[in-house]
Amino acid sequence: MTSVKLADISYGPPGGSLLFNNLSLEIGTERVGLIGPNGSGKTTLFYIIMGLLRPDKGAVLLNGRQVDDGRAWRQLRRQVGFLFQDADDQLFSPTVLEDVGFGPLNIGYSESEARQRAEATLESLGLAGFEDRITHQLSGGEKKLVALATILVMAPDILLLDEPTNNLDPTTRKRLVAILEKLNLPMVIISHDFDFLAKTTDVIYSLEQGHLHRSESSHLHSHPHAHPYGEHPHDHGG
Amino acid sequence: MDFENFSAGTSIMHAADVRLKLIGALFFSVVVALCHSLSGAGLALLIGLVLLAGARLAPLQVARRLLLVNLFLLFFWGTLPFSAAGPAFDFGLLHISQAGVRLATLVTLKTNAIIMVFLALVATSSMVAIGHGLAALRLPNRLCVLLLFTYRYIFVLQQEYQRLRRAALLRGFVPATSLHTYRTYGNLLGMTLVKSWQRGIRVQQAMQLRGFQGRFYLLTPPAVRGRDWLLFVLLLTAASAVAVTELTSRAGGCP
Repeated sequence: MTSVKLADISYGPPGGSLLFNNLSLEIGTERVGLIGPNGSGKTTLFYIIMGLLRPDKGAVLLNGRQVDDGRAWRQLRRQVGFLFQDADDQLFSPTVLEDVGFGPLNIGYSESEARQRAEATLESLGLAGFEDRITHQLSGGEKKLVALATILVMAPDILLLDEPTNNLDPTTRKRLVAILEKLNLPMVIISHDFDFLAKTTDVIYSLEQGHLHRSESSHLHSHPHAHPYGEHPHDHGG
Repeated sequence: MDFENFSAGTSIMHAADVRLKLIGALFFSVVVALCHSLSGAGLALLIGLVLLAGARLAPLQVARRLLLVNLFLLFFWGTLPFSAAGPAFDFGLLHISQAGVRLATLVTLKTNAIIMVFLALVATSSMVAIGHGLAALRLPNRLCVLLLFTYRYIFVLQQEYQRLRRAALLRGFVPATSLHTYRTYGNLLGMTLVKSWQRGIRVQQAMQLRGFQGRFYLLTPPAVRGRDWLLFVLLLTAASAVAVTELTSRAGGCP
């Protein structure tokens, strides 16, 4: 089983005040929801896990070994999939098939193998027939699902999802919940969507002033909330 | 944005293989560009018209494109007949050079012929297909990828710019000839630039996370079919016909 550990991380953006101070976190067993106010550093934490930002102090450990050179980072990036907040940043290839096949080609699969894996992944997400679509012409929801396909095709052991339900319509959101449930991978999800987190995660960490506070996600749904079109029958998902 | 207006369609030109269309268009344009005779250029225009008809594009949109090109050609008509040397038609004070008129006609015929061939052959493929076709023709991978990335993000950048511009308009911004307007447009452009830069960084990060190591793979387009070759041979024959007409008119000594 893959585990990623953040050990005593301190980080502050250049010229800014310290965002985390001696923060530690282990992922790889649970499905974790990560909440926190805007600007509290949730996305920054993901960037540090993936090695896109280097912490001022502390280390990232993959299966107990410190990740400190290019090879180790490449290994970590194969095992941890990161879904960006904005799918337009993630889908850069001309066609859907090429975008999904991009990762497999980079890690050494032949063109026909990459094609096969990409097609299988699209199929498993209910996106069969999307292969030749032009990426920028997809709808917002389709973009998000294709972006997820580009991550899943790498067969990651852990997922990091940054606000995956932003701007999704209820149907696509439901589809995403079903997909994540079926995957049953350890993951960390940043979201402000409590209802979504209650459905997809086991435990919630809230990030406030550089510290993580743990609570069970079953406590999440106990507050009153409003629905648009509330007079129509709707599903609270248990 | 006025873009890719012609790439959707079911005509033979749309269905043909993009690689052969690109080579055909290139070959044809070089032959036409080297023409000096009116007969050669006239034949080329005729072939251009036939190909254009074969592509079955929306006539109004084609006319708009051609109008744009021919507006530019008006500058030639406005200068060449009055500036070239040699024998002239005289209308009182007005001397219209015969060589000038001939030259302007030649330029007009050649330009329209090449534009028509490109509309019929190249504009009938999507930008994505063209990028892949160029890569399959062994053009440098970097240039093809640059083309495809530009195409991928030009819409995103345009949307970002439009969002900013709309936000300015909604807050009562009325463009005028004033320092405030210039400053506002400067800010809009500057902000678009900064956002593009940041997006570029995020895209690069996304590529790194998926194992990008400097080589961008493009999947190869499907194989060329028999009827694509047929169209290709026809194109080469047509271009050769133009070349032969040109050469005979030169040999015949007519100007």
